Amino acid sequence: MKVSSPQFKEKSVIALADPRLRQALGQSRKGFVNKRAELVGALPEFEQLRDEARDLKNHVLDNLDHYLERYEAAVTAAGGHVHWARDAEEARSIILNICQRVNAKTITKGKSMVSEEIGLNDALEAKGYTVVETDLGEYIIQLAHEPPSHIIAPAIHKTKEQVSELFEAAHGGPRKTTVAELVTEARLVLRDKYFQADVGITGGNFLVAETGSSIIVTNEGNGDLTQTLARVHIVTSGIERIVPTLEDVALFLRILARSATGQETETYTTLSTGPRRPHDLDGPEEYHVVLVDNGRTKMLGGKFQDMLRCIRCGACMNHCPVYGAIGGHAYGWVYPGPMGSVLTPLFVGLDATYDLPNACTLNGRCESVCPVRIPLPELLRELRHMQHQQGIRPQGERRALGAWRFVAERPGLYQFANRLAARVLKGLGGSTGRIASLPFAGAWTDSRDMPAPEGKTFLELWQARSKP
Amino acid sequence: MTEARKAILGQIRRALGRGPLAAADAAVLDARRPTHTRIAFDDDLLARFVSRFESRSGTVVRIGSLLEVPAAVDAYRQQHGLPARAAIARPLAGLSWPADFVHHPGPAGKDEVLSVTACLAGIAEMGSLLLASGPDSPTTLNFVPDHHLIVLHATQIVRHFEDAWAILRACPGGMPRATNIVSGPSRTGDVELTLQLGAHGPRSVHVILVH
Repeated sequence: MKVSSPQFKEKSVIALADPRLRQALGQSRKGFVNKRAELVGALPEFEQLRDEARDLKNHVLDNLDHYLERYEAAVTAAGGHVHWARDAEEARSIILNICQRVNAKTITKGKSMVSEEIGLNDALEAKGYTVVETDLGEYIIQLAHEPPSHIIAPAIHKTKEQVSELFEAAHGGPRKTTVAELVTEARLVLRDKYFQADVGITGGNFLVAETGSSIIVTNEGNGDLTQTLARVHIVTSGIERIVPTLEDVALFLRILARSATGQETETYTTLSTGPRRPHDLDGPEEYHVVLVDNGRTKMLGGKFQDMLRCIRCGACMNHCPVYGAIGGHAYGWVYPGPMGSVLTPLFVGLDATYDLPNACTLNGRCESVCPVRIPLPELLRELRHMQHQQGIRPQGERRALGAWRFVAERPGLYQFANRLAARVLKGLGGSTGRIASLPFAGAWTDSRDMPAPEGKTFLELWQARSKP
Repeated sequence: MTEARKAILGQIRRALGRGPLAAADAAVLDARRPTHTRIAFDDDLLARFVSRFESRSGTVVRIGSLLEVPAAVDAYRQQHGLPARAAIARPLAGLSWPADFVHHPGPAGKDEVLSVTACLAGIAEMGSLLLASGPDSPTTLNFVPDHHLIVLHATQIVRHFEDAWAILRACPGGMPRATNIVSGPSRTGDVELTLQLGAHGPRSVHVILVH
């Protein structure tokens, strides 16, 4: 997928001025955040489960080679095929080869962020295949020719009226205006597609090494229809989505839906183990899993290994004030919000993604809700540090930091400068105590007043207080 | 693609600073059966299952014996104004269905409206049903029809997911091809996060609970 992260600032400004986006994002804050808080509050075990999930993911990453080999052996024993892809191109070519070999025409898809990551739809369409997204949100944005703006609610930026317009244009009238009518229309249109499909492609929330099963966790049932009715089922998944045993699956089922959509559980959890068996009346004739690296092994063993614990629940973006203000498209690639601001620079490079680690107030809400306790603010700070080391950050900032360091290393000078600044700023504040415009701080004072200090530094006040 | 496999495993081992695990270490990992924290609850299994399942718009009717299943299905069918035909999983086909009731063992076709299946278990923890694919239980019966009726014996209800895994591990053919954990009717929140039932799977999931 094309990276448009360099336009982050321009896109953010446009997003902030879009009333329909404001309306759509407002819904998300209420829905996901409140429901999660309610459920987590009612579950005394939740914090303990987060600790266990973090520890389990760390255990898997420490033994990733072993569990991948065990998983591959179990899939093969069940009659399935495992394919390994070092990068996006390799993953696409594996899938294109399968589609060509089975003489596919129509391809249905359940929601898969890895398929977005590897740019699968464009590659399939370029070869003339008909590709149909079946998750309602994915279907909506496919009609709109847009990328997802949220990893679990891809069309969260669309209002009902926008969906009505898209459906009317795609399906013909009469125009549907209620959510129930829109959902029914999509249900009927997509039903034919499931039965026509030659290949069904889904993601994988978890891959179970013990049993060789891939797992999808969904609400709509589209993923199940996709993988059951097509002749060939292809799973695309990142190599880090392995869990050792079914017991470990239980752990994640207790935290995933609560963190993601604020549901106790999603409606469907499905474990797929190999293709159709003798005497089965339905199910795919072939079962393939494409294990995608695409930059993940580079994160292993380094400062960003913690990010590989991510289970793609979306809690971090649901709770991020920056995401809440601008939505997902401004981030410019597949993964938005805090997890995206960490992953995108690592996957596509620091140069094209300068703004992402900086579009963060370090308020820490993302880390406080992450079910696998990824220290997202710390990772974003680390990326800023790398930007500094690689000389990507602006010259002005480098000079200002250099000057600050010079002063800060000289306590006498530092205290003098502080005393001076406190007095000058108090003077600028005048009788109101507020500064309407400040040189070098226009970004702050353009939209609000700066409160003026009271004229004395903390150290002065402290010393005055300490005197008998 | 053995080349890619080798490269990825090699890169992982380089990052972890070691070679392949020694056989003894691998055996320890393979024997690992973790005991994670389970969600504690006091209410009895049946009450918990029903309350959690109904909280997501699933419906439950209670009957006294398996022989009453056809009557319960027929009552449901008439209540919802459905035609007298259904996909009925083989283990239930031998019950005394009304003479005018047309049924077949599946798979479910595009216009299938009603299915009746058995299940492996009920899981009390979150109020879910455990279904497994096989010649007696085609997966399409769980997803294609508008109405899915599931016969569950009260004695089949287990406490936690871990108890359900024990049932899966004991399946004669090993792990089923498709294992479906169903916790209610299909739903979506993809339009303005408004909850709407009946997205792609069944609009209604109805448990016939046999005491």
